[in-house]
Amino acid sequence: MTAAPQSKPLADPDAKAAPSIVPALRNAFAAALVAFGLCFPIISYHAESNINNELVLVSRWPLSLGIAAVVFLFFFFRQVSPPDWRVWFDRVGAVAAGGMGGALAESAAEGEGTAAPSKARTRFSEWFGPFALGVVILFPLIMLGLLGPNGSLKWINNYGIQIMIYVMLGWGLNIVVGLAGLLDLGYVAFYAVGAYSYALLSTTLGLSFWICLPLAGILAAMWGVILGFPVLRLRGDYLAIVTLAFGEIIRLVLINWVDFTNGYAGISGIPHVTFFGIPFNDEDNGFSAIFHLPFSPIYRTIFLFYLILALALLTNFITLRLRRLPIGRAWEALREDEIACRSLGINTTNTKLTAFALGAMFGGFAGSFFAVRQGFVSPESFTFMESATILAIVVLGGMGSQLGVAIAAAVMIGAPELMRELDWMKKIFGEDFDPTQYRMLLFGAAMVVMMIWKPRGLVSTRSPSIFLKERKAVSGDLVKEGHG
Amino acid sequence: MDNFLQQLINGLTLGSIYGLIAIGYTMVYGIIGMVNFAHGDLFMLSAFIALILFMILTQILHLGSLPIAFFVVLVGAMALTGLWNWTIERLAYRPLRGSFRLAPLISAIGMSIFLSNFVQVVQGPRNKPAPQLPNHVFNLTDGLGGAKGAYSVTLSVRQILIMVVTTVLLAAFWYLVQHTSLGRAQRACEQDRKMAALLGIDVDATISITFIIGAALAAVAGVMFVMYYGVVNFADGFVPGVKAFTAAVLGGIGSLPGAVLGGLLIGLIEVFWSSYFTTDYKDVAAFMILAITLIFMPSGILGRPEVEKV
Repeated sequence: MTAAPQSKPLADPDAKAAPSIVPALRNAFAAALVAFGLCFPIISYHAESNINNELVLVSRWPLSLGIAAVVFLFFFFRQVSPPDWRVWFDRVGAVAAGGMGGALAESAAEGEGTAAPSKARTRFSEWFGPFALGVVILFPLIMLGLLGPNGSLKWINNYGIQIMIYVMLGWGLNIVVGLAGLLDLGYVAFYAVGAYSYALLSTTLGLSFWICLPLAGILAAMWGVILGFPVLRLRGDYLAIVTLAFGEIIRLVLINWVDFTNGYAGISGIPHVTFFGIPFNDEDNGFSAIFHLPFSPIYRTIFLFYLILALALLTNFITLRLRRLPIGRAWEALREDEIACRSLGINTTNTKLTAFALGAMFGGFAGSFFAVRQGFVSPESFTFMESATILAIVVLGGMGSQLGVAIAAAVMIGAPELMRELDWMKKIFGEDFDPTQYRMLLFGAAMVVMMIWKPRGLVSTRSPSIFLKERKAVSGDLVKEGHG
Repeated sequence: MDNFLQQLINGLTLGSIYGLIAIGYTMVYGIIGMVNFAHGDLFMLSAFIALILFMILTQILHLGSLPIAFFVVLVGAMALTGLWNWTIERLAYRPLRGSFRLAPLISAIGMSIFLSNFVQVVQGPRNKPAPQLPNHVFNLTDGLGGAKGAYSVTLSVRQILIMVVTTVLLAAFWYLVQHTSLGRAQRACEQDRKMAALLGIDVDATISITFIIGAALAAVAGVMFVMYYGVVNFADGFVPGVKAFTAAVLGGIGSLPGAVLGGLLIGLIEVFWSSYFTTDYKDVAAFMILAITLIFMPSGILGRPEVEKV
């Protein structure tokens, strides 16, 4: 990549001046002082409970002084180095702050640029989509071939299925946020409705997954309309906060209505998925026995993977087709200009409600898949953090871009999972060092860094739904975000 | 009646804390139109800073006088939290200014995750019990010869302290915004940032100061929170943060008296609901009232209605 001034999270406005030692020292000293101030009570002292459950302070001065020293050196060398190098300093700083997430994102989206789309890029994205799809379809088989049935279980389950759930949720939310431009911070409510629909219908009425799946979607869509109806008049941040409130209300009701949902304890013993009626167990009528295979839990996992893949692709296919229908065009028109939309006779009420309902429906499908995969649901899984993560996936992917959402989901969900694999770092930093506790810390920092690095998302081009003569990708900057 | 009075006192105390946090939301929203999701976690961080400062004063420096310690902790926490928010604005929000609306929102959500996990990593995941302070409790029903046994209305020194400090700081802050050149610059930036810049106002500095003031008031709330509840945890930022944001929206986002009013209302609703109905659904009640208010009064209680120009 060229040294274009894309992101300068640490840049000073007066950084253009010729490098000289004294101002550099002064600047670096100021930065180190700020760093020290930030560290002063919270890092320098650790408040620990002793045996009598009283707090005592344990001092950790070397750590905070070390941080201040690193900041000093970083700013000093950044200031005295030639201007060309500063970009690299910023980049190193950003990656150091954003950790793995930022680095992975950089490599994952190397082919996409923020500049106007060139022919080569367009060809790249045309080629990349089907290629990625092929890799994803073959993923369980490749893993099975490489690692065997036991070794591959973790990779297919923790990475494959987990990422695909978020890809599907991202695509579902993309209808509401990316296409219709309605900012929804409570999307996880519909995910919860889907999960609890399947959990309750299957444990109380004994319905099978294949009957519950559409029912869960319909119920979630109904809730989408119920929650969407009162907020039709709201716009922008007011819409965001009310959807957040609705999401929290649904979670709180799930916690407190103990007779119906079993509260915090959740619902366990949810029936597992079957291969269209054939259970995945080691009995005579089980999947392994019927297909004359040695019994292994891997078959169910692989089946679940293809199930969520099919559901996600269904979401994608329906979204892409809907974009070309009048309703899809109405969504995008609503996002671009609501008043013009209304002046041209588009029924904005119906348009908004269908966006909410369809987005919610896919959330409901994903939810019931979540329930059948876990075999257990509890309100803990449906916190605001989930909504925020899904929204972050949609925004980071570049709102409205299907491929971008998929890449963002892989990065955002895959990178924190990869952080669990860092046990080798214990050899360097000693046995007490636990890399997994920095997982969410780096996740948050990576979100900030990626946003600064690419505010318009990883995929910065959009393909228009209608075009004259030939399809040309347009820059994402031209697409409005809607008023909500 | 006694119960009503008691709940009124409790509700006003809780409402003061929400109101102080809500000001940070409403000011930042007013000046750059951004929902600062990290504000709740900043409040939690300030509570930790206050706790550690207090322990440094009493355990390491062996300071005997509690009022002095309280004052030093309050000022120190305000300054350090202000520094934190200044840095956060500089690193995470300023590069995104002028970018599209959702970019700073996501950046703020990332910052919120970062802050709560940062505190978890550096201070550990357990609850931190604050040292017990002497807390004299006045019984208001004593002199009246009233209600035997069933209820007595009490008012503790801490509750008085919380309400007094909140009122004094709000008055000082109100003066700052309404009657100083800094406040004038800030209100100008709120109305029209470009015009303010043309008229020679340093917009960047004004925005930085707004973040610092918001953080300082959140730090006051943090000090009060530790003092009132006596325990703090790294995850304690989210719920008060969301409720304070609710308060800001309820009062009309962008309006300072609205934020305080909204905070007090949310505090009162929560306390009265818990007292007269059930504690289980107190948060549901707060959120329902938020939704109902916004649906029928979309710009909050004291907010200006948004007029769209075509």
